[in-house]
Amino acid sequence: MIVHVITSFIASAAFGVLFNAPKKSIIKCGLVGMTGWVVYILLVNNEYEAVVASLIAAVVIAVISHIFARIYKTPVIIFSVSGIIPLVPGGLAYDAMRHFVVDDYNVAVQLAAKAFMISGAIAVGLVISEVLYQLILKMKVK
Amino acid sequence: MENKFPQSIEVIELCLLAGKIMLQCGAETYRVEDTMIRIAASLGIPESHSYVTPTGIIFSIDGTEPAKFIRISERTTDLYKVTLVNGVSRKISSGELTSQQALIRLKEIQSADFTFPIYQQIIAASIASGCFLLMFLGQWADFIPALIAGGVGFTCFVYVHRILKVKFFSEFIASFVIGAIAFLFVSLGIGQELDKIIIGSVMPLVPGLLITNAVRDLMAGHLISGLSKGAEAFLTAFAIGTGVAVIIAFF
Repeated sequence: MIVHVITSFIASAAFGVLFNAPKKSIIKCGLVGMTGWVVYILLVNNEYEAVVASLIAAVVIAVISHIFARIYKTPVIIFSVSGIIPLVPGGLAYDAMRHFVVDDYNVAVQLAAKAFMISGAIAVGLVISEVLYQLILKMKVK
Repeated sequence: MENKFPQSIEVIELCLLAGKIMLQCGAETYRVEDTMIRIAASLGIPESHSYVTPTGIIFSIDGTEPAKFIRISERTTDLYKVTLVNGVSRKISSGELTSQQALIRLKEIQSADFTFPIYQQIIAASIASGCFLLMFLGQWADFIPALIAGGVGFTCFVYVHRILKVKFFSEFIASFVIGAIAFLFVSLGIGQELDKIIIGSVMPLVPGLLITNAVRDLMAGHLISGLSKGAEAFLTAFAIGTGVAVIIAFF
């Protein structure tokens, strides 16, 4: 678990560097990515489906990104992008592709469908938190 | 009065420049449109229209001025510049910057290069690859192979892209090289699991920014931008997949 915490922090921060995030935000990018990945791993270890876990983790990431963006007056995208990266189903997509190459289409299509579902879940997670954020803004205005 | 309502030509130029920088640096389409309209509004032009796609911006303000168009051909990821332009637009809204000052500031931002030095980016990419390997439950023994494969792959991507300028081909070459290095390590007995090493090292090339942007654009109603960014993300993923697939198919 500790390995997961540390590596996800470093990996997300490194992505901050690759995307040239402002130097001050790199640590925060790492924090966002770390929280998202820890949520995901905890859910998966407790026998939740990967799709559900990705959805919840994406919501958490997007909510934290919105809060950070509000506090530090920077665009949301800086935090959400580096946070989302660890959740992207790269491993599944790779497995799917690998089965395609060796003519094992049945397994390949299954894996590809799952990878697609997970990407969809991440997207829906981002949207949910966006909607929540807009709702809260509107309630504040009233 | 003269300062408060500047020439509309100048406002158009200012908005277009801001939009151009943001779009080139990987901001979401709806944010670009929003920023341009906000800048125009705070400089005394309440009605303006902007139409942004990933490859071009059309901007017009009501009245006799003609609409202007800018073509965007090169897109990179540079979130620092997005933040800076965002800051400029905030300052224009709050009245801290006049349009002339803002224009000078934006031109400075456009010509400046804030990216981290290449070697730092390569180090970051290799460290990220190693960390991803561990996150995907790889063994510690594979840490160094993933580190090297990821670093070399990213280096290939950067330099091939400089020569060829075709993004998909450079991604293809980079993932091909990653696959080859991972295969080499495993066949030499240094690495253990070929799959885990490749997955970890490919992660720095994954189009994460494109995917998130595509979704947010689609949800904000920018269907064309969302779909075309989605297509770009898909092509990128396809290029990476093909590069690795070639290696697996051969060996």
